[in-house]
Amino acid sequence: MSLPRVVITGIGLTSPNGNSLAEFRANLLNKVSGVQQWEIRHVGRTLAGICNFEALRWQKRKELRRGTRAGSISIYCAGEALASAGIDVGTRDRSRIGVYVGTTEHGNVETENQIHEVSQYGFDLSFWSHHHNPRTVANNPAGETALAFGITGPAYCIGAACAAGNLGLIHGMQMLQLGEIDLALGGGVSESIHTFGIFASFRAQGALASHTDPTKASRPFDSARNGIVVSEGGCLYTLERLDDALKRGAKIYGEVVGHCVNSDAADFVLPLAERQNECMRGALAKAGLAPDDIDIVSSHATATPLGDQQECEALRAVFGDSANTRVNNTKSYIGHTMGAAGALELAGNLPSFDDGYVHPTINLDDLDPACEVRNLVANEPVRVGRVDHVLNLSFGMLGINSAVVIRRYRS
Amino acid sequence: MNREEIIQAIKDIITTIAPDEDVSNLANDVRLREQIELDSMDFLDIVMELRKRYGVQVPEEDYKELATLDGCVTYLSPKLAGKTLKVGV
Repeated sequence: MSLPRVVITGIGLTSPNGNSLAEFRANLLNKVSGVQQWEIRHVGRTLAGICNFEALRWQKRKELRRGTRAGSISIYCAGEALASAGIDVGTRDRSRIGVYVGTTEHGNVETENQIHEVSQYGFDLSFWSHHHNPRTVANNPAGETALAFGITGPAYCIGAACAAGNLGLIHGMQMLQLGEIDLALGGGVSESIHTFGIFASFRAQGALASHTDPTKASRPFDSARNGIVVSEGGCLYTLERLDDALKRGAKIYGEVVGHCVNSDAADFVLPLAERQNECMRGALAKAGLAPDDIDIVSSHATATPLGDQQECEALRAVFGDSANTRVNNTKSYIGHTMGAAGALELAGNLPSFDDGYVHPTINLDDLDPACEVRNLVANEPVRVGRVDHVLNLSFGMLGINSAVVIRRYRS
Repeated sequence: MNREEIIQAIKDIITTIAPDEDVSNLANDVRLREQIELDSMDFLDIVMELRKRYGVQVPEEDYKELATLDGCVTYLSPKLAGKTLKVGV
């Protein structure tokens, strides 16, 4: 079965170290971290990747107050993606636009806030907000985005733990291939730094990063890594069928040529190298590529002791013989943007098609021998010249694995 | 609170929940929802703010009494008697 080719024609993002693709990319090449000190109720002082995008560019103050942080991030990313694609939704059939927003979790922030609020009134539930349900429904960020832009096509979220950003992109591509829509906004968002529960749970699990220098706390592959920096962020792509993109003369950032999603079926939290291996190979097979055809692997590594080891084991098995393949990591700069991670980490690597550089993983002062992988780009960008394929990895709890291959556009 | 203070209290609540609206020229005898963009969720926010700021409970059957600023004054005067205006909460 021959499916239509699908391309990326716009990118909107907010990262702890940049609110546009250009700013994000510059900071990845200049080794600028986005991790800061952060304080949240019950947990106290900790670290986080915090975004400072201009929400009022795409929302009125009332909408901002009514909605969620995830909704606001999603709306910002959608607005910026559409603008970068040169698409005015007012000139389109809005019923043929789909919004697919990946989320790791949703609703915890609002629920914690409401419980805190009623606790101030002796748990009198007449003080429980009528905004609670619309803010906590699982389609909230996608629905807010549809409202903000008058999009009347399918708009919903894809819950896929920390693989969700990739899943939003994959799902958008599939809906375009099925002819369900003519334009997709796909990717992922995270508001997770506003829920104390995620910090407390990682801490209870022994997986919350700490460091005296916030910018050095997220250190995948390093011997001194001690856990995850929780971050907020978002990235949505505009995706179109190639024919439609060419017809309107769109700038093409890359073509989605391979993907795979599978499940470990092994553990609630522990990753499994064997299934990650199968996931990578599945994406390569779908793209019709050999491992050595991949120029950049954007790794998932979150800087947990075991998670990084498992991923590196899988990377060695798949790419150990690939002299051409470079491996890097984005969480070392911005922490773990959860539902946004897949989409955001891919976005930071797409400019490699144009500038020929591979951004490094930073904070790698003492490589853990268990994390040795061939061509790991550490601490300094590497100029490789031509880049044709990027493989983006995102894995999540309950054993979900995802891989996406993006190809430099060629006709 | 006197009449002016009650009007100020309502306008301040509206400024909080609908910050894009200009409340300075609201007519007292015209329905609020005809003058500014307020939907049913906003209206519930007004009721919630009255509860939080002044401990005033407005049962659902009385919501219609709050349609205009004049209506608010009439309905809330006895409930806000002896209470202190809180603005910018």
